Amino acid sequence: MLTASVLLGLLAIALAWPVPLALARAAWPARAPATALVLWQAIALAGGLSMIGALLTFGLVPFGERIVPASAALVRNVAVTGVTPAVPVWHVIALCAGLLLGAHLVFNLVLTVVRIDRQRRRHRELVELLSSPIPDLPHSRLIDLQLPVAYCLPGSAHSVTVFSAGLLELLDADQLAAVIEHERAHLSQRHYLVLLAFDAWHTSLPWFPIANTSQREVGMLIEMVADDHARATVDDASLSSAIDLVAAASADQRMPPAESLGSTHGARSTDTAARVDRIRHGNRLGTAGRATVLAGSFALVAVPTVLLFAG
Amino acid sequence: MPTLGDLERSVMDILWTSDSPLTAYELQETLAAGGGGGEASKPLAATTVLTVLSRLEKKKFVTRERTARPHRFVAAATREDRMAELMHEVLGTANDRTAVLERFVGQASASEAATLRKLLGA
Repeated sequence: MLTASVLLGLLAIALAWPVPLALARAAWPARAPATALVLWQAIALAGGLSMIGALLTFGLVPFGERIVPASAALVRNVAVTGVTPAVPVWHVIALCAGLLLGAHLVFNLVLTVVRIDRQRRRHRELVELLSSPIPDLPHSRLIDLQLPVAYCLPGSAHSVTVFSAGLLELLDADQLAAVIEHERAHLSQRHYLVLLAFDAWHTSLPWFPIANTSQREVGMLIEMVADDHARATVDDASLSSAIDLVAAASADQRMPPAESLGSTHGARSTDTAARVDRIRHGNRLGTAGRATVLAGSFALVAVPTVLLFAG
Repeated sequence: MPTLGDLERSVMDILWTSDSPLTAYELQETLAAGGGGGEASKPLAATTVLTVLSRLEKKKFVTRERTARPHRFVAAATREDRMAELMHEVLGTANDRTAVLERFVGQASASEAATLRKLLGA
């Protein structure tokens, strides 16, 4: 079990730092955003599993060769017979740390769900007072705002998509259809659940620079997936020009002229530029490439699971 | 038949444009006369207006003045303040960091958020 513990520890380190960093730098995710999204989720899941697993297996080394019988032995020793064998302090610390980390992650997930649910409900109340329904478009609201925005608000009963008056003025019918399809994809594919999971991951481990990077990358990939969904029904030119127009108009309205050339503007433009660029010039990753990534994602989750229970 | 949501919006619109606190009866009259953006329609039951008002009070959009009978109702914040509150959430510049909304074009970055907060004076 000591070998398994060491291997899990190495995997945890790899998944906490170099692997996500390399993935964030890689160019291929833009060519297969849905596949890359699967890989990011596999990295987060396998990372958490191997972090907790490394600590638990190390802690249980004095109690047996396999995690299940070793845990049973621990419980029997402490709870049933009341006899605690002499266990080196390092193993006790690791065991406690593993349990605490697991509890911490679960607790933060619950906390994030509650927090986001409360904020969404509050936002929905505001939207209902400040906007009016759009007659021809079910589950959509028009808000009297010059800033061109469109966003979706997932809800338990029914979800709502909000459009601003500024957006309707800015875009023509085809571009608007592209935005509607894009937002519809977010809702039908439940992207908010993926975002929520990575938000919770970030909240749990704020000192992990990688949690920040992954949240940002996942947010970007989700936009690309929604773009691809929209491209199935609207033409590429309408979608890419819609992104361009909305990005330019909101940058103009939100930044005072003196600062509009600043670095933050530049950083934001890279996001939208990447989206537009892949629509105009991007080629999709081949089937073989996508299959390799999916197999890799599966292996990433399978390896720590096997190490944990059979190692 | 207007929904509860429509009625809440009409009541808020009346309260937002009113100079002084209003009683439920005054609101009922204004609603029947087509105030608050709604069309003139057959008068609503007084209980319906009171239901709408207590819902809005629970959501903290309306404050009830209990000093005299009948109670008077007033908007807890101006329409502009509510709009600014909504804007902050839409742009992801609210003080509590959350990615509640999936916007068509991105979330504001931290420094952009600071700039915007300064602009809006919040």
